[in-house]
Amino acid sequence: MKIFSEGLLDMAAIRNDFPILSRKVRDGKGLIYLDNAATTLKPRAVLDAVYQHYANGASNIHRGVHFLSEEATRQYENARETVRRFINARDTSEVIFTSGTTSAINLVAKSWGEKNLKAGDEVLITHMEHHANIVPWQMLREVTGCILKVAPINDRGELIMEELEALITPRTKLISVVYTSNSLGTINPVRDIIDFAKKHGAKVLLDAAQTVAHEKVDVQKLDCDFLVFSGHKLFATSGVGVLYGKREILEAMPPLMGGGDMIKSVTFEKTTYAELPARLEAGTPAIGGAIGLGAAIEYIEKIGFAAISVQENDLLTYATKLISDLPSVRIIGTAAKKAAILSFVVEDIHPHDMGTLLDAEGVAVRGGHHCTQPLMSRFKIPATTRASFSFYNTRGDADALVLAVRKAIEVFS
Amino acid sequence: MSTQDLYQQVIIEHHKKPRNFRKIEPATHQAEGFNPLCGDHLWVYLNISASGLIDDISFLGDGCAISKASASMMTQSLKGKTVTEARAIFVDFHKMVTGQLNPDDDTGGSERILARLKVFSGIWKFPARVKCAALGWHTMTGALANETTISTE
Repeated sequence: MKIFSEGLLDMAAIRNDFPILSRKVRDGKGLIYLDNAATTLKPRAVLDAVYQHYANGASNIHRGVHFLSEEATRQYENARETVRRFINARDTSEVIFTSGTTSAINLVAKSWGEKNLKAGDEVLITHMEHHANIVPWQMLREVTGCILKVAPINDRGELIMEELEALITPRTKLISVVYTSNSLGTINPVRDIIDFAKKHGAKVLLDAAQTVAHEKVDVQKLDCDFLVFSGHKLFATSGVGVLYGKREILEAMPPLMGGGDMIKSVTFEKTTYAELPARLEAGTPAIGGAIGLGAAIEYIEKIGFAAISVQENDLLTYATKLISDLPSVRIIGTAAKKAAILSFVVEDIHPHDMGTLLDAEGVAVRGGHHCTQPLMSRFKIPATTRASFSFYNTRGDADALVLAVRKAIEVFS
Repeated sequence: MSTQDLYQQVIIEHHKKPRNFRKIEPATHQAEGFNPLCGDHLWVYLNISASGLIDDISFLGDGCAISKASASMMTQSLKGKTVTEARAIFVDFHKMVTGQLNPDDDTGGSERILARLKVFSGIWKFPARVKCAALGWHTMTGALANETTISTE
């Protein structure tokens, strides 16, 4: 991969890495993919790794003593080591493969939460959480009687940090917060939140689903207790994700699921559990998915977050300017620190109509509430149109978006 | 049908100026409908006479152009019809928007029955939007069945 000295990417080579980018969509239009916050596209390196696993490997892990099983086990555990290095965990035992962000948060809520929270204890979240970081805590509240508190945001879509800090009490056991908002693009000051939490003895879970594909995350530097993300938003396939947890916390967590792979020995009288990470990974995992995730991480490490940020920041600035210049458009989420996610509403045009009209031009965006209904209520809107960029997008994609939005405004005029 | 055909002027016009966009108080039948996927949310009100005639029908709510225009045109087509006729129109409409009935090729008289509602005939090519067109209708049939809350999920 050729990277220019200015830190710019060789876009032709990069786009060639993603076979789907040459696809035609509705009415034979070229694909302008701006739905990266929903899921990212998959580079050839990932597709090949997954294909090779099933074409040449296809064995189950941790069990067989035959050649293929040993090979699959090694590749699966190599992927875990790649994830460890990627987020700088101390040890691979701190990396638990899950089916995604949602299952990782639910694992923490049900296992750690049910063990450690009592009636009256508090979980603090924010107004910009994805439903996946709201509902598991409401379910925990049903079981334990804990209290769910919500930190407010301002009109730009930034956390009001003084108010967040004021909501922390001696009963706050966990602050579970989105690192990068999927609806607004806001990058939260998670380092400060972790500092607040430490002062009050609370644990911190970071939902990094929208972060890990766009900036370097170092769990030791952050000193967070849990960090979760999905493979499919990191250029890997769906069905695999990661729960990072500090070893001493994970070790004290009872397994949520019992079954194969998570045991040392089973008799009908007594079962002893395996060590981490297997103890929290009952059943056959997404082996091909994990191997693909390892390949995805290696792929973006080669490109480097320095070049990725330059490209994505340029796209955000460029697209924001163009969209702001359109009549009757309002951008939702104007935080000072933002990822390349552009949510907007156009007067009198529902985001679903906008989505369909953009689709007619080959532009794939998301129109909807983005699984953040309380956030939509905060801005008194039912939904937004969201364009979310990745490093393989170009200024030409942003131009196509704006042209299509202009056309939609004409249809409705 | 292209996207441009979907957003025909008549749909935009009904979206901007929905007909019978008001509450009937008191209504003999009413229901609330929503689509949890997109947040479309509307209410349908009916006044039905003892003989089963729809004396009045109206709706209120928020949603996309497709759902609003569809509900608006529904109120126009059903006013003055009997409950039995309304149910029959719903069946044809539902078949049409799900691609099971092409009113232009149909010999069962659906072309005449659906009349102006044919502007929604190509929506089955946009599967994500079928529920938008059907929301008002599902809510109407729910109201007739005395169900108070209708969800398209």
